[in-house]
Amino acid sequence: MSQIFHPSTNTISRVSIFGAIFFVAFGVWLAAALDRSAPVTRENVVFEQPIKFSHDHHVGEVGIDCRYCHTSVETSSFAGIPPTTTCMNCHSQLFADAPMLEPVLESFRSGKPLSWTRVYDLPDFVYFDHSIHVAKGIGCTTCHGEIDAMPLTTKAVSLKMEWCLACHRDPARFVRPRSEVFNVAWNPATLSRQQRAALVQEYGIQSKTSCSICHR
Amino acid sequence: MRDHRTRDPKPERDAAASRPAGESSPFWRSLDELAGSDAFLDTLEREFPRQAVPLGEGVDRRRFLQLMGGSLALGGLGACTRQPLETIVPYVRQPEEIVPGKPLYFATAATLGGYATGVLVESHMGRPTKIEGNPQHPASLGATDVLTQASVLDLYDPHRSQAVRHLGRIRTWSAFVDSLATALGAQEGTAGAGLRILTETVTSPTLAAQMDAVRQRFSRARWVQYDPAGRHLARAGARAAFGSWAEVHYDLSRARVILALDCDLLAGEPGSVRYARQFAQWRRVWERREMNRLYAVESTPTPTGTLADHRLRLRPERIEALALALAAEMGLGATPPAGLDRQLGTWARAVAQDLLRHPGESLVVAGEWTSPELHVLAHAMNQRLGNFGSTVHATAPVAAAPSDQIADLAALADDLRQGRVEVLLILGGNPVYDAPADLGFADALRHEEARLRIHYGLVENETSAYCHWHIPATHYLEAWGDARAFDGTVTIQQPLIEPLYGSRSPHELLAIVEGRPGALGYDIVREHWLPQLGSEAAWRRALHEGTVPDTALPAAGAAAGGAVAAAVQRLSERVASPAAEYTLLFRPDPTLWDGRFAGNAWLQECPKPFTKLTWDNALLVSPATARQLGIDEQRTGRNRDRHPMVRVTVGASYLEVPVWITPGQADGAVTLHLGHGRTRGGPVAEGHGFDAYRLRTRQGLWQQRGVSLQPTGEAYALASTQGHFSMENRHLVREATVAEYADNPGFVHAHVHAPDEEMTLYPKWEYAGYAWGMGIDLSSCTGCNACVVACQSENNIAVVGKEQVLAGREMHWLRIDQYFKGPSADEPEGVYNQPVPCMHCETAPCEVVCPVAATVHSDEGLNDMVYNRCVGTRYCSNNCPYKVRRFNFYKFSDWQTESLKLQRNPDVSVRFRGVMEKCTYCVQRINHARIAAGREDRSIADGEIQTACQQACPTGAIVFGDINDASTEVARWKAQPLDYGLLEDVNTRPRTTYMGRIRNPNPELEA
Repeated sequence: MSQIFHPSTNTISRVSIFGAIFFVAFGVWLAAALDRSAPVTRENVVFEQPIKFSHDHHVGEVGIDCRYCHTSVETSSFAGIPPTTTCMNCHSQLFADAPMLEPVLESFRSGKPLSWTRVYDLPDFVYFDHSIHVAKGIGCTTCHGEIDAMPLTTKAVSLKMEWCLACHRDPARFVRPRSEVFNVAWNPATLSRQQRAALVQEYGIQSKTSCSICHR
Repeated sequence: MRDHRTRDPKPERDAAASRPAGESSPFWRSLDELAGSDAFLDTLEREFPRQAVPLGEGVDRRRFLQLMGGSLALGGLGACTRQPLETIVPYVRQPEEIVPGKPLYFATAATLGGYATGVLVESHMGRPTKIEGNPQHPASLGATDVLTQASVLDLYDPHRSQAVRHLGRIRTWSAFVDSLATALGAQEGTAGAGLRILTETVTSPTLAAQMDAVRQRFSRARWVQYDPAGRHLARAGARAAFGSWAEVHYDLSRARVILALDCDLLAGEPGSVRYARQFAQWRRVWERREMNRLYAVESTPTPTGTLADHRLRLRPERIEALALALAAEMGLGATPPAGLDRQLGTWARAVAQDLLRHPGESLVVAGEWTSPELHVLAHAMNQRLGNFGSTVHATAPVAAAPSDQIADLAALADDLRQGRVEVLLILGGNPVYDAPADLGFADALRHEEARLRIHYGLVENETSAYCHWHIPATHYLEAWGDARAFDGTVTIQQPLIEPLYGSRSPHELLAIVEGRPGALGYDIVREHWLPQLGSEAAWRRALHEGTVPDTALPAAGAAAGGAVAAAVQRLSERVASPAAEYTLLFRPDPTLWDGRFAGNAWLQECPKPFTKLTWDNALLVSPATARQLGIDEQRTGRNRDRHPMVRVTVGASYLEVPVWITPGQADGAVTLHLGHGRTRGGPVAEGHGFDAYRLRTRQGLWQQRGVSLQPTGEAYALASTQGHFSMENRHLVREATVAEYADNPGFVHAHVHAPDEEMTLYPKWEYAGYAWGMGIDLSSCTGCNACVVACQSENNIAVVGKEQVLAGREMHWLRIDQYFKGPSADEPEGVYNQPVPCMHCETAPCEVVCPVAATVHSDEGLNDMVYNRCVGTRYCSNNCPYKVRRFNFYKFSDWQTESLKLQRNPDVSVRFRGVMEKCTYCVQRINHARIAAGREDRSIADGEIQTACQQACPTGAIVFGDINDASTEVARWKAQPLDYGLLEDVNTRPRTTYMGRIRNPNPELEA
């Protein structure tokens, strides 16, 4: 009775055994890469919003301070989305009859609030607090990117836990002087690593990575 | 599927064998434990009794693996959902004071039986979520009782009535107003002879003024007040003693010797939250170096009795005999009753001497359930002891119109039967359910002459079924109002939210009767107070502070004198008459009160003191009485939760109820709690427990002498948590007398071997910053459950229902273990309450066994639980020696009901099925304090963080803070030799520790 398998099949079996390892490893790598990819994390994805609001115009061109609209960023966990009346402070005079602004005027007239789609949306089991980050010298643009150059607001970072931890493990990489927190034009390169480490000391920044800091 | 833990097929082992060698403890939690029965051993072996529900017969290993593999794959895929898009809806015009993400607190008051407790209510974006005590309110001092804690859930009860109904059909409010106005117009001709208004006890000055206006319009109308669990006998007693309606309240901060005659002074009186705080200050012997002494005489165990230095269990008849003996000892003209046994005589003499040694610093209190004569005697004793003006204060009545409520209700029933009532307005309450049975109130209500019967209430209940109209009421967090506290202090109740269902407040309803329909509650209350307060600023300050200044009632100079001889005479006659075999006692339920909280699931599931029963009431009998009835073999059949039923017969009525054998109950006296067995009032209220009101009569409001008990042979499943989560009693409670403590302040550490700190495999860790810890004082915990419900309210803890409690799956993060002491179930030497939250062990056994690192240690010593990592292996719970971890076997949290979502604390995750949870030391509050301190570049001050249990505790038995800072209160407690940890011998180094219990017995009675 002759052999069922020709000796050459030995090679095939060796290749397939090693191949399987590489195949599984590739699968794991692919899953991890997909999970971090922009379509999944929704980085740089533009959402449908009631108004095509432009931070590029309001911050970059006009130069309005972040806190003019996001009033509770220094006191509360939530930075605050401006009420319609804040828009109307200017827009009762400026571009008051621009069709683009009709939803704002309609909201003001009818008392029905605008409904925005959340761009930076953490899972419900994560408790983030704006006020403490701002107080400890983390600037708006550290997380929100070049907001002053965004005609339509998109997410600039992944908001994955590893992204949070990158800073929580080494705050000196991202800290800036408190005076520059709301400065969208601030250049991180103006401070050396040593200078930033000194700021971490000065502001009493604790490198908090315990689970219950954010999950509770 | 069998339980995967190894089980001895024949559990024929004795109790001692299951405990570590050489240990024997005099403490026990349940009768099973005392007897070391099979049922107890069975419970011990399993972490959750009967937790692994068998898949049914015929499931073999292969099928099980198939099912498990399938669920694993499906479960994995199910996790792959994409995060849904969410919206942000900003205000159009943002209110000035609202900062999104930050709660606001408003002062208002919750009432019970008319008496107010000042509260601060936490509001998140307009949603009231949590009740805290108002530190500036005399009845609260910052704490609350269990009922007030739970009252926020009533606001969001999905079964609240939501619409005006006429004969069951939804109608408009204006249709109702028209109907009422027409009927009232017809009454004007007879000056309201056919108009009756039935309310609960009213202390509201505004409502009383409105009532006056109603009587101006309808001079012949009658106002009847009725509270089923009101202070009827205490009021009658005070009236007899002082010659007019009066109110008595106490100052325990000056009382060194206290005698409680069947009185739940620390948990059941209108001022109890305050009394408990004042009392506890005398129990911290390590701070104060001296201690007060409490004698409690009671027929059925109360939280007050657990803290007594001498507790005597006596039938109510013998309590009266003892009171006479005491009165004789104090020279109040009484003679000790003949046939008083020597032991009781000795007791009376010693107690009387002790009281007489402390004139002006002693206190005698009689409970609401004792006879008016006994109240008279108690007032006379206080008079004799010179306590008035010092520990006892008599004032004008707190109720706006005090009356003999029972007689008034009887007159109303009579009027109804005689056809003299044409318009009946029932403002709150539920008389069809809770009026004395011999009034036949429901029957009277059906009389055809009463053409317009209106019921106003939070839920459609038994009474609404007998009325033409049902009007939905406002919750106290929805409407303007006012109320007086136990000392008369007025709080203006301000609403935190618009009425959820458009309901009107009682003031607005009464305004229609006054003849000014459409008046707003705000205007009515404000018009009443503004002239008295004088200015807008004063009004605003009163709202802000939660009290109206100088409204506490002044002390009346009245002396308790005249009625003593008559009272002694009546008592002597009663004591001399032969006692019946059994006396039935009625008591307000510790959590449902008179039944008004029966629709509140937190309170239904809150384990009641002593029985740890949930979702039911039972007839409490002493072990000796159970033997007499032949039902001492507590469990029947194979199921150990099934308890024998007895038929309780009072006259012609009877009730069949299950029996709960209660150590500490007086022999011959059996207790039934009110408030259960509702037939209407929503699915939470209906069908749970047994309706004691069916046996309650005018003459036997609190005790019914001469009842007969007959075992029926039936059995009923009772869900008690008494045996759940047992730690096998390894020196868990440690106690000593104050003399023993003086000799050996470190007595708690005797006989316990705490291993060396180095004897651990864990790497050494220095806690450089904060190190959170908790101290619990066993000498002042009354076991009142305020902490348990506060924790539930703060931490979004789910309710599981009776079936799941029977399976040992209740979710309370904080449980109160109750221990009895001594070799005999008949005569327990003491009762001990031990609140058990998570211990936050420094070397936590739960952490090392978690395969997914879902429970890990924080750098501040918290044992963190990460829900989003948990896969539900339950290894952590298996490995927890304290049994404080709770598992979501099902989706216990309600994710569907919209109204309940409003109650949730937005700072705490709502847990899903398959996730472990446990006490976090209120980590959300720690984080808020850390962030607030971080913003201001300072460290967290002592007292800045209060856990929910600590904040609610009336006695202040719980302290929390940074144990790294020696100046904090918790560090000072922990530095005391009295401080000990549970199961120290396993070297878990718990962060939650206990102060040993100190008693202050009278040396004369110790022999």
